[in-house]
Amino acid sequence: MSALLGPDETILAHLELDLDKTLRFARGLVLVTDRQLIARSGEEPAWQAFPYRAGLHLQRRDHAGVASLELVDEQRQLARWRHTLGKDTNARQVLDHFEQQRDAAVSGQPVEAPPAAICARCGAPLVPGQDDCPSCAKELYTPPSTWTLFRLWRFARPYRGQLLAGFILTLISTAATLVAPYMTMPLMDEVLIPYQNGQPLDTGKVYFYLGGLLGSALLAWGLGWAKTYILALVSERLGADLRSQTYEHLLKLSLEYFGGKRTGDLMARIGSESDRICVFLSLYLLDFFTDVLMITMTAVILVSINPWLAAVTLIPLPFIVWLIHVVRDKLRHGFEQIDRVWSGVTSVLADTIPGIRVVKAFAQEKRETSRFKDANQRNLEANDRVNRLWSLFSPTITLLTEVGLLIVWGLGIWLVTKNQVTVGTLAAFLAYIGRFYTRLDSMSRIVSHTQKAASGAKRIFDILDHVSSVPEPVKPQHLTKVEGGITVERVGFRYGNRTVLRGVDLKINPGEMIGLVGHSGSGKSTLVNLICRFYDVGEGAICIDGVDVRNIPVSEYRKHIGLVLQEPFLFFGTIAENIAYGKPDASREEIVAAARAAHAHEFILRLPHGYDSLVGERGQALSGGERQRISIARALLIDPKILILDEATSAVDTETELEIQGALDNLIKGRTTIAIAHRLSTLRKADRLVVMDRGVVVEEGQHDELIAKEGAYYRLYTAQTKQLDEQLAERESEE
Amino acid sequence: MTPCNFTLIRNPFGQLVFTGAEGDVHEGVVPVRAFGITAPDEGLALVNAHGKELLWIERLADLPEGPRQLVVEELANREFMPVISRIVHVSSFATPSTWDVETDRGNARLVLKGEDDIRRLNQQALLISDSHGVQYLIRNRQALDKPSRKFLERFL
Ligand SMILES: Nc1ncnc2c1ncn2[C@@H]1O[C@H](COP(=O)(O)OP(=O)(O)OP(=O)(O)O)[C@@H](O)[C@H]1O
Ligand SMILES: [Mg+2]
Repeated sequence: MSALLGPDETILAHLELDLDKTLRFARGLVLVTDRQLIARSGEEPAWQAFPYRAGLHLQRRDHAGVASLELVDEQRQLARWRHTLGKDTNARQVLDHFEQQRDAAVSGQPVEAPPAAICARCGAPLVPGQDDCPSCAKELYTPPSTWTLFRLWRFARPYRGQLLAGFILTLISTAATLVAPYMTMPLMDEVLIPYQNGQPLDTGKVYFYLGGLLGSALLAWGLGWAKTYILALVSERLGADLRSQTYEHLLKLSLEYFGGKRTGDLMARIGSESDRICVFLSLYLLDFFTDVLMITMTAVILVSINPWLAAVTLIPLPFIVWLIHVVRDKLRHGFEQIDRVWSGVTSVLADTIPGIRVVKAFAQEKRETSRFKDANQRNLEANDRVNRLWSLFSPTITLLTEVGLLIVWGLGIWLVTKNQVTVGTLAAFLAYIGRFYTRLDSMSRIVSHTQKAASGAKRIFDILDHVSSVPEPVKPQHLTKVEGGITVERVGFRYGNRTVLRGVDLKINPGEMIGLVGHSGSGKSTLVNLICRFYDVGEGAICIDGVDVRNIPVSEYRKHIGLVLQEPFLFFGTIAENIAYGKPDASREEIVAAARAAHAHEFILRLPHGYDSLVGERGQALSGGERQRISIARALLIDPKILILDEATSAVDTETELEIQGALDNLIKGRTTIAIAHRLSTLRKADRLVVMDRGVVVEEGQHDELIAKEGAYYRLYTAQTKQLDEQLAERESEE
Repeated sequence: MTPCNFTLIRNPFGQLVFTGAEGDVHEGVVPVRAFGITAPDEGLALVNAHGKELLWIERLADLPEGPRQLVVEELANREFMPVISRIVHVSSFATPSTWDVETDRGNARLVLKGEDDIRRLNQQALLISDSHGVQYLIRNRQALDKPSRKFLERFL
């Protein structure tokens, strides 16, 4: 390949192709040098070289996750290369360098130096003031550690004191229960058997041993009570911490995360799964440790009584270990499946209940019921699978221990007949073995709880490990005073593999009012989402007063933005609470003033409890227009420097709209305002109109200019006025 | 039969050019399937660069030979949905997880961001979106070999 390059020819950018022309996975390469473009796609035997000349163009497009790079001249397509979107940053670089070099070659002027800050790994331009590349950081896919249960320690840590106390108490109380069988030994050998052999009953000894038994039982009871109490307290607190931390983290994640998740699934994770983990941490984990200790202690006692018998006792142990090993993975897998299926069940609920009006309107109650039943059925099946395994496992363990007991009995009787042990020793031994096996049994049962907790922990850490795709800046820049100037530079954006915005440039001066218009689906709300930093731009940058929004702490930035969304959402609570959502400490005067400005005051007064009326879940007790006006009031109350109205008045009647407009006219003074509207008359106060079409800004200017231009805006406008005229004409003809 | 009162040719730039009954010429026409997954061969539309529908094709077979060839070619050019025939290895059962798969378009490596990116099309078929938006299809998961099924089950 180096044969293709001339002496001291340098490679400026490269793109590794991962698809060939027929869209099969194959490797290839596109190189941009300072003289030419060289490429070879997977199936081609030879390299193709294209020296720079006038008329040469490189075009990039993508569809459904596959991008293509086409080289054309004035007459025809010269070549076409394909790659998946994973290589997109490189492709863009190739494109940029190609254009620079071609222009330089054609004009004979040397290339201007490229911008200095470039990510070392992917070559994407860095956000000024940030060392690590945001697009590279997103590409790092380190799977989380599978030792999720150990990671839970972070939540148990604050309670380590109580946990230790609980552990010690468990230990002592269990030790106390071990005293009893030890006393049966002398009770038999020194009291009962001598008595049977004709000696008189030693009542002193009887009282002593019986008293000892009672004492140890009482001690075990007291300690058991303290232990259970402490652990229950810890368990609840741990669970609460786990839940709130997960929730806190969840709320910090970007809209991109929520876009791909189902509400029911998240609810299940934070609700029931965290509960299981805390029960595991505070109860079963301790039980496990005490079991291990107890088993060792009992083993020591057993060996001290009779090593031979003790050795026989351990026979079932290897089998049990092997069994645990076999079921562990299966159980884990089964529980994971149950978790997912259970999420499915909650998802059906979270889907249907808010949409109940649609369900009823289309009389689909039966369908929804069967959907729920299906999910439930799947849940049953998943549970059945685990239960089948578990129901086999636990009796098998019991059987093994019973067999162990049997062997010990056999050997014991033989030893007694050989006079090697006394009956009392054997009795005590059997009592201990009973305990030993019970412990072994319960220890092996913990495997189920461990795996259950592990699968829950995996799903919780799924949330906790997720890094927001709208990350907090490493070196935050603070806005001291916000002027409200917004610059949108060459912004491109994609939802998944769907390109929505391409090369959007927009400059909004402080205090200016911009009207954003365009067909439905042209990307207006998307642009607003980017300005609010609900998503981060794919390419290009958005700056506020010259500072890249990615360098401003997210919540600090959003404080300056008042947003009225296209779908107004109200929270369960009173009207006053909803209006004061962005500023909970607002005074009543402020709330009323904001409501007045949004023309909501009067309708609020008509409600039975005025500002204290409840709005119902999602605000469903209010009409669409009422909801919109409350959300306008909510945005106005925080007195933002930047006001964004996305179809803020689409659901109110024309008269109310005019009134709100009138009020807004006063309010937008001194604020940068972006107003989106389909009813173009709403935007008559705008300083400038920006027309978008399929993800690009096609026109910009004042109403009259744009009308004179007879372009996209003109078409939108005439379509609307014509419609209006037609309607008027129709009405007249009817009359 | 769709009436054949249009012409469809490929220009030197590799784009399809559609000329309608009224002599209107559209460059960069693309064929789009209406039900890409459930009924790929029924209901296709020829759409111009502005997203406007020019022609509705009930069934691909209804088209005359010439245009049909072009449409099929162009579809092959645009559509990319590798069909997974075997899952060779998965890096972890927790997401994000990197899968090495064999597909009808060669071997590939995909990154699964979350379990939600596996969409159930019906009882058997699954659609898997990788981190870059490429979609992989599993036609019949029961027909995969046992190790692949084992891998897959951990994510379902
Ligand atoms: N979360 C999303 N995931 C995928 N695609 C999306 C998402 N949100 C919007 N889109 C798509 O992006 C495009 C632009 O959407 P956007 O909401 O910005 O349109 P709009 O100009 O606000 O339209 P309207 O006037 O109807 O509100 C649309 O084609 C839409 O289907
Ligand atoms: Mg919108």
